[in-house]
Amino acid sequence: MQVPDCRARSLLERWSDRLLVHTTMGLAGLTGLLLVWMVLVIAWQALPAMQQFGWRFLTSGGWQPVPGREHFGILPMLYGTLVSSLLALLVALPLGLGTAIFLSEDFLPLPLRTVMAFLVEVLAAIPSVVYGLWGMWVLIPLLQPLLGWLHRHWGWMPLFGTEPVGPGILPAALVLAVMILPILTLMAKDALAALPPELRQASLALGATRWWTVMRVLIPAAQSGIVGGVLLALGRALGETMAVTMLIGNANQFHWSLLAPANTIASLLANQFPEARGMQLSALMYAALVLLLLTLVVNLLAEVIINQLQATYQAGGKP
Amino acid sequence: MRLRQFGLVVCRMSFLALLLMMATVTTACDLGESVNLTGLGASLPAPLYQNWAVGLNQLHPHIRVNYQSQGSGAGIENFIRGNVDFAASDLAMRDEEMAQVPQGVLLLPMTAGSIVLAYHLPGVPEGLKLSREVYVGILSGQIRRWNDPHIVALNPGINLPDQGITVVHRADGSGTTAVLTRHLSAISPQWQENFGEGTTIQWPTTGNFVGAKGNEGVTARIQQIPGAIGYVEYSYARSNQLATAALENKAGNYVMATPESGAATLAAVALPENLRAFISDPEGKDAYPLVTYTWQLQYQHQPDARKAVALEMWIEYGLNAGQKVAAALGYIPLPQAVRKRIAQVADTLSDQYTITLQDD
Amino acid sequence: MTTTTLHPHVAGFSKRPKLRTGLGWLLTGVAGLCTLLTLIPLFAVLGFVLVRGIARFNLALFTQLPPPPGLAGGGLGNALVGTVVVVSLGTVMAVPLGVLTAVYLSEFCHTPVHREIARWLRLGINVWAGVPSVLVGVFVYGLLVSTGIVGYSAIAAGVAVAVLMVPMIVRATDAALHMVPPELRWASVGLGASHGDTVVRVVLPAALPSIVTGVIVAMARAAGDTAALLFTALFSPFWPQGLFEPIATLSVLVYNLATMPFAPQQELAWAAAFCLVLLTLAASVLARLVMRRGGWCRL
Repeated sequence: MQVPDCRARSLLERWSDRLLVHTTMGLAGLTGLLLVWMVLVIAWQALPAMQQFGWRFLTSGGWQPVPGREHFGILPMLYGTLVSSLLALLVALPLGLGTAIFLSEDFLPLPLRTVMAFLVEVLAAIPSVVYGLWGMWVLIPLLQPLLGWLHRHWGWMPLFGTEPVGPGILPAALVLAVMILPILTLMAKDALAALPPELRQASLALGATRWWTVMRVLIPAAQSGIVGGVLLALGRALGETMAVTMLIGNANQFHWSLLAPANTIASLLANQFPEARGMQLSALMYAALVLLLLTLVVNLLAEVIINQLQATYQAGGKP
Repeated sequence: MRLRQFGLVVCRMSFLALLLMMATVTTACDLGESVNLTGLGASLPAPLYQNWAVGLNQLHPHIRVNYQSQGSGAGIENFIRGNVDFAASDLAMRDEEMAQVPQGVLLLPMTAGSIVLAYHLPGVPEGLKLSREVYVGILSGQIRRWNDPHIVALNPGINLPDQGITVVHRADGSGTTAVLTRHLSAISPQWQENFGEGTTIQWPTTGNFVGAKGNEGVTARIQQIPGAIGYVEYSYARSNQLATAALENKAGNYVMATPESGAATLAAVALPENLRAFISDPEGKDAYPLVTYTWQLQYQHQPDARKAVALEMWIEYGLNAGQKVAAALGYIPLPQAVRKRIAQVADTLSDQYTITLQDD
Repeated sequence: MTTTTLHPHVAGFSKRPKLRTGLGWLLTGVAGLCTLLTLIPLFAVLGFVLVRGIARFNLALFTQLPPPPGLAGGGLGNALVGTVVVVSLGTVMAVPLGVLTAVYLSEFCHTPVHREIARWLRLGINVWAGVPSVLVGVFVYGLLVSTGIVGYSAIAAGVAVAVLMVPMIVRATDAALHMVPPELRWASVGLGASHGDTVVRVVLPAALPSIVTGVIVAMARAAGDTAALLFTALFSPFWPQGLFEPIATLSVLVYNLATMPFAPQQELAWAAAFCLVLLTLAASVLARLVMRRGGWCRL
């Protein structure tokens, strides 16, 4: 907001103003510099691997750090990262949207809704290592019969083609879904709550049912907020380390099957970084760079999509 | 007035933070009396070293040894970088690695352990016989079911279920993996060609291989997955009542890991001058095939005199009371000659203290 | 607003066919089911941690040190103190940096050049917020630990926590400052205050409850993080020895002990997990209380 100068200022005032502006600008610059530095350090260490492996790194599997026959490829880890995150999103999106709608419409009295919203916030506050433990000790044993059934009856599909051993992509994706649910739900709920009440009233006055209003008027109006929440959740799922490393099986192998043990880039880093040196370290940093780029792409996409949606909606385009 | 409140809040918060930090700093910095030694590395001897740390602290309250189990690979890496006061590794250090340490390296084999193949098969008793061919086949993903004819032929009296084998391996940089793979490379040229040896290798991609962190993690995974088999140090299997397999040794006998079979293996190995010897395929009819010394890595040149003395006391404890604890926990006690040699070498750390061996 | 509240004169206009009413009820049921499915994991996880952890809850838990592997007894006193120390250090470093960066972004960026910088900086902050914490740990390890500047220590852990918290604080402060109504700023200028005065004495105090809430939430999230602390604080079975030695923290304690195959260690890990969840819950409640007591200008 522009603040015009309305009166003559004393020297001290002008200087203290300028000091404040420059201090904050300096600190903001420092923040930006810190981020750039982080990326540069990782990129610098990744250079040897990038030079040696190039694009093959992304398209080949096999993580062999034995000296003399080093070969590094992150295709299995890339698959594990993307599939587990997308699957988690697939599960969490309908649940989150449904919950957000339920909590923003007046199906229940307000105190009850406030309590439920608070409970969803609590879900977000649980540390990821606790989710990992719960998944390891409760969810995986619980899922075993279901996974066995899936393999026996649908094993002809490559997606369920391997025999379940416990940890795998599916259990990890389910726990990831639980972890990203609160972000999705709360952002969607906030987006819906921020809509002007006139919108709802106008739709109802024109004779629409409550649900028609929700689905065809409110959600399109809130779509930029919802999409923002979706992409934030996706970003969180891509980078989640602790819970995934306990549930995914840490197997650097490529299988289409969701029931097979797999690995993600973040989990690979957490397990192998302490001992890595030389080409192995460089390969790990290359993988980290790929993950960073994925995060960047998701965020850029978010910005573009949100701006696009807002522009279309405000210009009166088709919802 | 908002500014005043804002200022007050900031003052209170920063005061609290300052108080907290001062409290922390003063609680433990007992004016330079105590010595803190940080070490990390192999998970194989971790329960032992952590036990020793408690015992040493009771004997000499001013010495605090903090040992963290992170894997032999991490131990070597941190040792080379100088992040720690000492490290531990199941595969000592290679010459190229030792060359990267300007302070010089002392390799001290403080204890030895057996590596067992532990399995989780309800109804199947301890001591399943696995021949060389069979256990190489299992670990290379060729034998995938427990009732495979090869395994059944070796164990006629045992009812093996029709269950898939899940192999649990190490996901982090592990000396235990290095010892196992070195042995496998020595006995199977196919393994040597396909997989090789190292702290981390590319395990078979047959879909039944699962990774876990540390000896601790592998043990926990084996406990959780029916039909699992994995490699852990003997004391982990014993304290968690995991069934262990009897492995075929070079002489053709099926041997279980016991302190006696481990001691038999060690007795047949001669340690050279630099105290580094790798046992990849031991001779002897009672020798257990998977036995390894585990080394503490110490810097030769110690700039801090008090730390040097504390390190010597730490090693002395390990050689005396520590050996009894080792035997109790399931590790293999050191032969006398090795103990004497270690005491000699470790004495060079500090000239203000001499290590005395107590013979029982 | 449903048909039943409409005036009888117009009610007839919107007589609904049975299908649409039925569909409405069905969808309501589905939404309710979604909510139930969302809340069930919460109770499952909390219940699980509670059941396993509460058995170990006694005074000794907070005053003793973790026992060596296999042995029973002991407590998590050092991990509790360690978490408090590390998070305090991180907060002290992150709050000034984060708050003032957000102040610059929202108050002092009006020329086209500055606006462009602000856009890129905001994008960078969003990406930074999404960076996996393991990368933050790797970065601080390379910066402070392996170079030998501080080694494994509480300070390195504090820096890692600060790096984690900065984007969260910047975002929360940015949002809080945007929620302050422009009329407040105009009134302040109209009364003769300079821009700097307006920001420091009027806008910031008005946005303070939201900022404090954001800081508390960031602190809670950082306290629960494990990956960043693994490579910087390591762990220690002793009471904190000062800021330049490895330090125990609750999250690393849970990670280390829970994967051990020894029952006493696993129980201790559950108790620690319960403590961690309690701490984050307390932080959430505190944040809500601050918001409620906060300013009149909270929308």
